[in-house]
Amino acid sequence: MTEQLRILIAKPGLDGHDRGAKVIARALRDAGMEVIYTGLRQTPEMIVEAALQEDVDAVGLSILSGAHMTLVPRVLEGLRQMGLNHVKVFVGGIIPAEDQTTLEEMGAAGIFGPGANTEAVSAFIREQLAER
Amino acid sequence: MNLVREALDGNRYAVARLISLVEDGDEASRSALTALYEHTGQAHLVGVTGPPGSGKSTLVNALTQTLRRQDVTVGIIAVDPTSPFTGGALLGDRVRMRDLAGDSGVFIRSMATRGSLGGLAQATNDVIKVLDAVGFDVILIETVGAGQSEVEIARTAHTTVVLEAPGMGDEVQALKAGLMEIADILVVNKADRPGAARTARALEMVINRNAPATKDGWAPPILQTVALDGSGVPELWNTVEEHREYLCTSGLLAKRERMRIETELLNILQRRLLERLVSRVGEERLEAWIERIVAREVDVYTATQALCETRSNGSVKG
Repeated sequence: MTEQLRILIAKPGLDGHDRGAKVIARALRDAGMEVIYTGLRQTPEMIVEAALQEDVDAVGLSILSGAHMTLVPRVLEGLRQMGLNHVKVFVGGIIPAEDQTTLEEMGAAGIFGPGANTEAVSAFIREQLAER
Repeated sequence: MNLVREALDGNRYAVARLISLVEDGDEASRSALTALYEHTGQAHLVGVTGPPGSGKSTLVNALTQTLRRQDVTVGIIAVDPTSPFTGGALLGDRVRMRDLAGDSGVFIRSMATRGSLGGLAQATNDVIKVLDAVGFDVILIETVGAGQSEVEIARTAHTTVVLEAPGMGDEVQALKAGLMEIADILVVNKADRPGAARTARALEMVINRNAPATKDGWAPPILQTVALDGSGVPELWNTVEEHREYLCTSGLLAKRERMRIETELLNILQRRLLERLVSRVGEERLEAWIERIVAREVDVYTATQALCETRSNGSVKG
């Protein structure tokens, strides 16, 4: 039996570049997932609240503003506080290599940069979620 | 059952988990729904439907803001279509509802249509029961906006609001049966755009001829709103309350409730009986009958008759 995967795609912070988020949302939809798309300028609190109400398996954050070291930890922490430890967090955007390592140590399940192959991304997410 | 207890005690994550459970519709969901049922029947259910792009999500956002100012709690179910090819769905209604974030008196749940038509109606029914039981005063159900599923969901709602926007079709479109006839209230949204008055007039003509016969003496009012800035939205809510009042005093509420429950019971019964029959006949024998019909050896009605009379050992009652 295959469980229907639900993923929240959100853009935290103030940059207005949502093309990447939309491309990923569509790719995950085409990979058979239910994608809840929340749009631009979400605060970490809004993202955590939406993840809770929608009972998602994972959250995908798209960040191009450079504020990932502030925003990602706040989402991770918020999810933990709500008892949503099982919700995996993926990050897409322009994330320097040293930050990638730090974010992964903090609990991010996967980080994707520019040029990431959408099929590889959805396969990776599916694999990560299957491990639960 | 623990999850039910926690949800009734106000744990929002338990509510979210319960919704997932009933949406999946397996055995575990049945016992949860059994435990919830005595707590249901309190909320006013409002369906919001209309063609894609007419502004349903934005109106739900504005209506909810109006309700929250009156301290009324709101559960929102926003339905978007599942791809029949991949099984995936893009649920984007939250984009228009960002004003509602951070309010514990609001609970938004996006729902994909998933499988069959009847299946969606039942799943929506069950998700409504969860939100109703945990105490939301009003439940807004935003539907896909295209097709027969709207009619199914309208049967569930107490008040159905149908949206139109100027320039989305002429009078002939409005005359077509279906969407217009399920409306208890018609709304011309985006009323600040040119052509709003004309759209309202076109609707007026259709409604005046159809309404009394189909809507039990309630002539659906036609309102104009601009959901984006909230104009006309408090008036819309007043009209929903008038409709509710009308349903109560006319005895229609009880009548509709009875009809709704009858339909629900018959649908579930139908599905269960079919499951039971198929398991008694067995997939193989069912396949064999299909082959025989394809080969023109037997017709569908004869096959149906034989299948209905099949015993579990495969023999047919004489």
